[in-house]
Amino acid sequence: MEVLAESLALSAVLFTIGVVGVLTRRNAIIIFMCVELMLNAVNLVFIAFSRYYGAAGQVFVVFVMTVAAAEAAVGLAIIISIFRHRQTVNLQNINLLKG
Amino acid sequence: MMEQHYPLFYTFHFYFFGVVAIASALAFVTRKSPVAAALWLVNTMFSLSAIYVLLDAQFIGVMQVLVYAGAIMVVFLFVIMLLNLGHPSEIADARGKWPVMVASLIGLVLLAELMAVSVGDMTGKFQVPAGNAAAELKKYGAVGSVARPLFNEYLLAFELTSVLLLVAIAGAVVLGRRRDGSAG
Repeated sequence: MEVLAESLALSAVLFTIGVVGVLTRRNAIIIFMCVELMLNAVNLVFIAFSRYYGAAGQVFVVFVMTVAAAEAAVGLAIIISIFRHRQTVNLQNINLLKG
Repeated sequence: MMEQHYPLFYTFHFYFFGVVAIASALAFVTRKSPVAAALWLVNTMFSLSAIYVLLDAQFIGVMQVLVYAGAIMVVFLFVIMLLNLGHPSEIADARGKWPVMVASLIGLVLLAELMAVSVGDMTGKFQVPAGNAAAELKKYGAVGSVARPLFNEYLLAFELTSVLLLVAIAGAVVLGRRRDGSAG
């Protein structure tokens, strides 16, 4: 058993599930959570490689977590402000920019 | 890379948490209720944290539980409940006899393992082949091996993330404010 190969496979599966969620779900909050799942899958790749190439990968994971926290804060504020205007977070009803 | 031997204890847990992570992620994308989806995602993140520990990244494993499962997902749950999107009747997925029994069994097995590992002397019994970063890990410890590159090579990036967080806080406050200027 080689841990690196298994980790990469697990990460690929989780990332794919995240992509499928982004493409198929309609609820804006769930799409946001799918993006978080994709970030987690990428973190797993960093951790798996950091076992072989030194702790720099773990530093990148710290950065990814920071950016994810900032993204969640701003994104959820945007969702709240959309909800105040339209009383929905269903993305099919939010099509103001459509010509 | 050369063929390495991993103990069964290690292999079993790697696959176990991997399967739990994938199953929870699948449950997460298929749930209708946002609250149930968020809780399944928390379960995925806990499993990933266990895998991080198995991959010699103990500090990141703790950060995963504290920051992702503890802080980010709580913000998500706050917003879901603030917008009143959750349906209380759909929160519990594990209803009925069998799911509860399976969940209890998994919990009891994990508890028994935890007791065995913490009470018994397991030193040296589950020796895992060391990765190339093991020397660094041994020399500086789990936190030190992350902190050294973070505060040396990546110091500028680290400082920039603090600015990013400040901007994000300001942006969230401005966006979340009501138009008429009143609080909330």
